[in-house]
Amino acid sequence: MSDSTISFQERMATAEFRVHHDAHIVVDGKVCADCSTRECVVACPASLFVPTSDGGIVFNYEQCFECGTCYIVCNREGAISWHYPEGGHGVVFRRT
Amino acid sequence: MSQPDVDVVVVGGGPAGSCAAIVAARAGLSVVLLERGPFPGSKNMYGGVVYPRILDELIPNWWEEAPIQRWVTRRSTMMLTDTQALTVDFRSEAWGKPPYNGATAFRPDWDHWLAGYAEAAGAQLLTDTTVVGLIRDAKGAVVGVRTDRPDGDLTARVVIACDGVNSFLAKEAGLYEHADAKHFTLGVKETLSLPKEVIDERFAVRDRHGVDIEILGGTGKVNGGGFLYTGLDTLAVGVVLKLPKLAAQQQRPEQLVAGLKAHPAIAPLVQGAELKEYSAHLIPEAGLTMMPKMTTSGMLVAGDAAALCLAAGIWLEGVNFAMASGMYAGEAAVEAVHAGDVSENGLRGYQRRLSDTFVLKDHRKLRRAPELVLSDRVQHLYPGMIANVAERMFHVDNPHPKPGVRRILAQERKKAGVRRRDLLRDGWTGFRSFG
Repeated sequence: MSDSTISFQERMATAEFRVHHDAHIVVDGKVCADCSTRECVVACPASLFVPTSDGGIVFNYEQCFECGTCYIVCNREGAISWHYPEGGHGVVFRRT
Repeated sequence: MSQPDVDVVVVGGGPAGSCAAIVAARAGLSVVLLERGPFPGSKNMYGGVVYPRILDELIPNWWEEAPIQRWVTRRSTMMLTDTQALTVDFRSEAWGKPPYNGATAFRPDWDHWLAGYAEAAGAQLLTDTTVVGLIRDAKGAVVGVRTDRPDGDLTARVVIACDGVNSFLAKEAGLYEHADAKHFTLGVKETLSLPKEVIDERFAVRDRHGVDIEILGGTGKVNGGGFLYTGLDTLAVGVVLKLPKLAAQQQRPEQLVAGLKAHPAIAPLVQGAELKEYSAHLIPEAGLTMMPKMTTSGMLVAGDAAALCLAAGIWLEGVNFAMASGMYAGEAAVEAVHAGDVSENGLRGYQRRLSDTFVLKDHRKLRRAPELVLSDRVQHLYPGMIANVAERMFHVDNPHPKPGVRRILAQERKKAGVRRRDLLRDGWTGFRSFG
């Protein structure tokens, strides 16, 4: 895949994720509702936070690198609750 | 107090955790090493260079076994503007022979390899196990951890928290202040495949020799840096981005990587290479400024969890600090268990070892460097100014005679909008840090 043609989905498909059925990120939509800066949307390297037309945020936790960027850049207390996924789940970087 | 399950629980199977477990297990303590991923290293990612000399004592001749990609024999520091590049390029054959200097390696390989020594020393490795909290006694001393396994409580005389940059354990123990975005950078990397012969030719290296390129000025308006490293048949290219700036500039991390890859000085090096893996990780960037207290009764904190990562521009190190702090935490735990005093006072050997060695000496010496390197002037004004000086020095503009270097410097400083006293002050800070 050369870079010019690769979609973000294809990019994310290069990393392995062992998805657990419980979300390890919880977003409180009420706290986010009037946030205009939306640091999480820009900064999340996996682009897991997506703004909706009605001013909310939808997120998914499945392809999370577990880096912690979202809750650290977030300016709103209590908007993002974040913990590690269940043991054995989540991102698995490759061995050669 | 009833007998604890084990002497030492180490949380996290990264370089800090494995070194702590090796030391404690070799001293005869019972040790459990907990790893939340399916294997040690599975959650871990970095740019790509490790400096392993700290392993000399723990694993003599480590270079015969270590899963390295290439030995770094060529180090370049590159300064970019949109259309210019100024590179300082150093190479040494000595770095291609034992005991070597730096090596490119993948963290899943490296961490997995190192954890093998902990197991060989007698530590029990439990993978797929996430620690969800601390167990504390009535006085608040740490006496174990809770895991997400059924009946997953594990009590220990000493807990060594090597749970990484987000260290929920250090936070729970009250050792960390609230995480401040300005102390962190986000590292985003693309691992690209390219045939070994092509890499050898493009980067002018042979055999297992490799290249480390650190890049200033390749991240647009977002303060940070770039890197390009050679694996055996892969390249690692990526950026490190100051979190508040990234959010404020509304630029996506992968777009900044694409921008770096498209730069005229970088594009020919990565051309035709295919994306093998995209990855990201947070870096505790601010050094001494952000370091938590690292000892409390029953617990020590090491590695990224203790912000022991050196991000000082021309020196970018972390795994060595993790391995060293893990070793010293292991030694202090052994001392405390043997003395029968695992209180904060009984564990004070850890802080002493950190203070007496490069771990805190380097950080103290370079305490002003991270802020300087990520400052707006170093990031956005100096690269252009310096590149313009170089361009005018080497540009033969006949029939005009050559201008004097001092005049060029003065003119370019003014053109860049850099005040003389700021330049002097930054120069002095840099001199005091790096000199």
